[in-house]
Amino acid sequence: MADNRADTRVSMRTPLARVKGLGASGHGVEHWWIHRMTAVSNVPLIVAFVIIVAALAGSDYPQALAIISHPLTAIILILAVISVANHMRLGMQIIIEDYVHDKGLKIAALIANNFYAVIIAVACLYAILKVSLARILV
Amino acid sequence: MAEAKVAPRPLSPHLQIYRWSWTMAMSIFHRATGSALYLGIALFAVWLVALASGPGPFETVQWFFGSPIGILILFGYTWVLMHHMLGGVRHLVWDFGHGMEPAQRINMARFTLIGSIALTVLIWVVAFIAF
Repeated sequence: MADNRADTRVSMRTPLARVKGLGASGHGVEHWWIHRMTAVSNVPLIVAFVIIVAALAGSDYPQALAIISHPLTAIILILAVISVANHMRLGMQIIIEDYVHDKGLKIAALIANNFYAVIIAVACLYAILKVSLARILV
Repeated sequence: MAEAKVAPRPLSPHLQIYRWSWTMAMSIFHRATGSALYLGIALFAVWLVALASGPGPFETVQWFFGSPIGILILFGYTWVLMHHMLGGVRHLVWDFGHGMEPAQRINMARFTLIGSIALTVLIWVVAFIAF
């Protein structure tokens, strides 16, 4: 198909917009990039998470407290929660944007998605910190 | 006001039209497992909050995860997690522009399923022996 534009080198975009490269949304590739970055960080953190959970499976209350409140375990779990919560929030946003076409419903679903991710993250982080700090303070 | 007429344009065929292929199945699995993990992490949050709440709530939650239904959920969770992880690695390989040839991508898709099942069994066997 013929390109009928007078000069294809001429763009409607301002030089500033072009150099910033953030596109129409103003976010550029931020969503995509953080999704990939958290995917990479998830791999070692999930491997550690699986080992920790396997160790917890048969443990009683004092043993579970000791495992979760150990600084190394607590730090790994905190990192895992931050990485996973962001990754799942971005992933679910893509699914909502793909399948929910009704505008009002889409906005409601996107808000609910963010709320859910934050609630999960805060609940996990609070519990890890409470258990960990209790061990130091008591 | 006259109603806007919608021209009878051809629609692109959807899922039920296509013959299932490995890459298509594993692509759907990746999204499905991601959604399952999205909901499944709530179980971990409940477990952690129970631990922080005291011995009573913890024993209740621990009892549930030790019951046949709980073990089945945890086993399924393990496979879903491993599948999504290997699928994610596959996507990262593609993001770098590798593994795009037909044979490569089908083998990678097969490996995602076979590898995730193997890892799941391995994790449970090791967990039973070690802990």
